[in-house]
Amino acid sequence: MLEIRGVTKRYGTRMVLTDLSFGVGGGRLTGFVGANGAGKTTTMRIIVGVLSADSGTVLRDGVPLSVDDRRRFGYMPEERGLYPKMKVGEQLVYLARLHGLSPASARRNTAELLERLGLGERAGDLVQSLSLGNQQRAQIAAALVHDPEFLVLDEPFSGLDPIAVEAVMEVLAGFAAQGAPVLFSSHQLDIVERLCDDLVIIADGEIRANGSRDELRERHSSLRFELRCAGDAGWVRNVPGITVIDLDGGLAVFEADTDAASQAVLRLAVERGPVVSFSRQRPSLAAIFKEVAQ
Amino acid sequence: MRPARTTDGVRARPRHPAPGFGRSVWLVATREIVARLRSKAFLISTGILLLISIGSVVAGGIASQNQAHPKVAVVGAAGRLVELTEAFTAVKADDVAAAEALVRAGTVSAAVVPATGDTSPLDVRVIALDSAPLVLLGALSVSPPVSLLEPSPQSGGLAYLVAIGFGLVFFMSAITFGSTIAQSVVEEKQTRVVEILMTTIPVRALLGGKIVGNSVMAFGQIVMIGALVAIGMAATGQSGLLGAIGPSIALFAVFFAFGFVMLAALFAATASMVSRQEDVGSATSPVLVLVMIPYFLVIFFNDNPTVLAIMSYIPFSAPVGMPMRLFLGTAAWWEPLASLAILLAATLMVILLGSRIYANSLLRMGARVTFRQALRG
Repeated sequence: MLEIRGVTKRYGTRMVLTDLSFGVGGGRLTGFVGANGAGKTTTMRIIVGVLSADSGTVLRDGVPLSVDDRRRFGYMPEERGLYPKMKVGEQLVYLARLHGLSPASARRNTAELLERLGLGERAGDLVQSLSLGNQQRAQIAAALVHDPEFLVLDEPFSGLDPIAVEAVMEVLAGFAAQGAPVLFSSHQLDIVERLCDDLVIIADGEIRANGSRDELRERHSSLRFELRCAGDAGWVRNVPGITVIDLDGGLAVFEADTDAASQAVLRLAVERGPVVSFSRQRPSLAAIFKEVAQ
Repeated sequence: MRPARTTDGVRARPRHPAPGFGRSVWLVATREIVARLRSKAFLISTGILLLISIGSVVAGGIASQNQAHPKVAVVGAAGRLVELTEAFTAVKADDVAAAEALVRAGTVSAAVVPATGDTSPLDVRVIALDSAPLVLLGALSVSPPVSLLEPSPQSGGLAYLVAIGFGLVFFMSAITFGSTIAQSVVEEKQTRVVEILMTTIPVRALLGGKIVGNSVMAFGQIVMIGALVAIGMAATGQSGLLGAIGPSIALFAVFFAFGFVMLAALFAATASMVSRQEDVGSATSPVLVLVMIPYFLVIFFNDNPTVLAIMSYIPFSAPVGMPMRLFLGTAAWWEPLASLAILLAATLMVILLGSRIYANSLLRMGARVTFRQALRG
């Protein structure tokens, strides 16, 4: 468990992060979502320790991170970069050895990771000769090669084709399954929605929403329902306590003032004929984000 | 070591103990060295530098061996006298007329013939074409004994060449490896790999590794040049010169080792203040000036003991100034040690200051970092 507690950072007079607090659970994928300039990169840099906070701490299991703990992070910076004139494999072995791996285990981890990320045949190529997508995969490998205990990835999916996205998602999920906290930022809300267990939404340097994906959806869903029935659904308009949003033949989307009102609609529908479906509408992540980030 | 269990205890992950500071420095240094050795530009420029140094030694050797003694025509018993000087080659002529013909033809530089009449107190007469041959006259003359109050152990011409040699080698190596380390600092900053490195090892270990790696390369090059020059001198029969210059070369190597570390720290620190390769030149130019000044000073003032004495104590010019004074024989035995102590202290201070600038500048991208920002952090 990684915990960010009361972190504040200002650049000159500009407040970049204001009293930021959230947790990244072990074994869970936590998505970090926010608009450009919201403070995601600054937060991540503070977590991995390349930047120091003006106040606040980052804790591991309740204890402030030690220098030694920081070395156990796998970090993918927002601005990608590896040595352009170094071979992919050699570069990963070098980074692993800087983390204290023996030459043998550094080579083993490198080969294994490149294989899993579909870069196995490119190990002997110079980084600068790789396509952008493949450089991105190499970058992800660089964050993982030393068996880190925490993962902090800044936009790991940007610039990846769908196949690479799948490969990276698999690697990240596998990593979290080993019990490590994984925090990643992304603009691609659909990916975050599919992959994340937990969500942290940041806007203007403040946490706006924070919790498990399902819990957030629950919290931000209104009493909006969708009814599909065999006959025309026009009668729904006349049910007291109901506001119809959309009506199309047998389909009705409506908001209910109370749960009881929605149950009344369902009862009436069953009395009138066969009901195909009746469900509560959950907001998409994009909708929640729009709502809280404003 | 703690047991390799994660907080949730789901699965054990291998826990690798972080490498020590020295080990981190060594890993970074090794990478720098390997990167340098793989660069074609580096190998070619080193090859050229080595060829130039060995070439100049061999050329000097050949020139000094082919320097034959000037020829002098001799007639009769005068020949014995000329041979005694051991500085001229005697060419026998049958008579005075034949000797004169040889002088006119330019085959010999002068002629020594038996004296005629009572006009000369010596037994011989010298014939030359258009001016008195002073060297020959000196060799044939009797001189009073001379006592030098301040004898100069080395001739002026040789001192000048040695000055240029030290100055040039220091200048070239410092510029070559200084700009190499500057470029590699900016490369890491520009490609942002530095962010990953900073989460991996302490910034000081990164800077230390870069300095050590490039200093090893620079020092290796100096040692190679020194060894080649020594071997070349021995092989071309200039061992006398080698004996005179050898200790200075050894002292130069020692001073260079520390002097370069200091320059490398300065190059790295100033380079870390910019974010693009295009800006490296302007950022490191103050350091370049520090390297160039001793080079020009030693060339223009190698015969000025006061300037040399000052130079030999200022850390930036000591690697050139002190070996020069040792060569000229104007330094007391303790002076190189005192100067080395000053150099060591300066190097230490520059490293401390440099690593502060370096650490504070690495993550500041875009506009050039000012010295005030870099020092304050």
